[in-house]
Amino acid sequence: MSILVYIEHAEGKVKKTSLEAVSFAHALAAQTGEGDVVAVALGTIAEEELAAVGSAGASKVMHAADSKLDEGVIQAHASALAQAYKQVGAKTLVLAKSSLGDAVAARLAVKVGAGLASNVVELPKTDSGYTVKRSIYTGKAFAFSTITTDDKILAIKKNAIDLKTDGEAAQVEQFEAALSESDFASIITSTERATGDVLLPEADIVVSGGRGLKGPENWGMVEDMAKILGAATACSKPVSDLEWRPHHEHVGQTGIKVAPSLYIAIGISGAIQHLAGVNSSKCIVVINKDPDAPFFKAADYGIVGDAFEVVPKLNEALKAEL
Amino acid sequence: MKILVCITHVPDTTSKIQFTSDNTKFDTTGVQYIIGPYDDYALARAVELRDQTSGKLTVLNVGEAETEPTLRKALAIGADEAIRVNAAPQDSMYVAKQIAHYAKEGAYDLILMGRESIDFNGGMVHGMVGELLGIPSFSPVMKLDIDGGKAKMAREIEGGKELLEADLPLVAGCQEPIAEWKIPNMRGIMSARTKPLNVVEAIAQETQVEAVKYELPPAKGAVKLVDKDNVSELVNLLKNEAKVL
Repeated sequence: MSILVYIEHAEGKVKKTSLEAVSFAHALAAQTGEGDVVAVALGTIAEEELAAVGSAGASKVMHAADSKLDEGVIQAHASALAQAYKQVGAKTLVLAKSSLGDAVAARLAVKVGAGLASNVVELPKTDSGYTVKRSIYTGKAFAFSTITTDDKILAIKKNAIDLKTDGEAAQVEQFEAALSESDFASIITSTERATGDVLLPEADIVVSGGRGLKGPENWGMVEDMAKILGAATACSKPVSDLEWRPHHEHVGQTGIKVAPSLYIAIGISGAIQHLAGVNSSKCIVVINKDPDAPFFKAADYGIVGDAFEVVPKLNEALKAEL
Repeated sequence: MKILVCITHVPDTTSKIQFTSDNTKFDTTGVQYIIGPYDDYALARAVELRDQTSGKLTVLNVGEAETEPTLRKALAIGADEAIRVNAAPQDSMYVAKQIAHYAKEGAYDLILMGRESIDFNGGMVHGMVGELLGIPSFSPVMKLDIDGGKAKMAREIEGGKELLEADLPLVAGCQEPIAEWKIPNMRGIMSARTKPLNVVEAIAQETQVEAVKYELPPAKGAVKLVDKDNVSELVNLLKNEAKVL
């Protein structure tokens, strides 16, 4: 019996979070003796991208190269995935928690009658029952949840597991999903993507600015730092509410939740709702002129100082060192 | 247009999260409960759409009696009637089946809810309801306009958004900036007292995913402060101590 993994891609490039899901499934298969890992990739994806899925631990990729599946039409992806699940005879599906992953997994859970656990942060305990550790309360706590169904879907929180990179090339098989018109009843009329090189939800380093930066015209130094570090840029809620920065950069309880290796907060005081969006970061650096800013309590490193003075100097130091 | 908005009853976003001494239950001591922030966006947009179309707006919560003040607040914000499905929510599928069972009789044009609850953050109920009812589901929806029997939406994707069109009926998991949150005014609060809040019994449904124990993350150590005139030291620490550069 195989473990199935749903692969997401952006314009043909497999997402890192999906490779993490493959790595998770590989470790899970080794733990439970559940067999090999089969990935399902939907839409136009380059051969070398599918090979990377093998490096992460999949032995086979079922590839439905139908260009109608390039965009993430939720119902169509859920239908195709359900067919792959039944064809393989899988009892477990692993995927990355994401906006598309959530939407697809939910429909799939109904189609195959699976118990679905999301925000999973480590391999399940399977010695007696099947218990997963999940991040809840926006990262402020964990729940240990027992899944009681035979069929299981696990949505993995990003950056929760180390990426496996030493797997063998995966065998790629064409997969024909029988999709009806109703699967494509919704039409995606256009897609707008951020122009930055690094997508915020997948970024390993995030540089984030708050109201302390005083206006959108001052974001140049934040963008400079992001460029030096190969990081994504982000912002606090007031900043996106004021339309200084686009909504898809808003990090926090009601915005994007990030879990990078390094989160640098500049001119952000650290309201509890903002902290909820970043508290899964491995290392937090705070730059703020107010020594009593609550963010310092959540930070690993901090500089008390004016961002307009500190950030340019820090950029120079980073440039010199990296 | 008939609109159903499903809301969660969750701890305020500023709540200190803690558990009972044996870590098997959430400790509600001193905790204020609110409408889930994402559900608040769904409700706000639903009020606007109801007003535009002279439709009817029903708000629903799967919960026990203590959630009624939260439903009354939704009535004060503008819902016409409230339904409480009388059961403690167990897991996403349990809640989705209760909603779908109730909704299938109502022939709703739109079923809206938040993209996720802020307690379990699953983000799954809208998709499950859509699948159970055999209608499309979309999430996270950040813009929703209705033109005749068609919905025009913007859905957030990682690092951007996609624009979509779909026929009604549909289910949408909502988030900002779909609408501005609405604050109940005195007239709304007064009228909420007399609007119907009906209790229906839950259907039998087994729990599939049961939280058996909780844990808090380890306490954070003290921040290490670096002098603002010695920023190279921060670079050094990030590189050699934290090893994140």
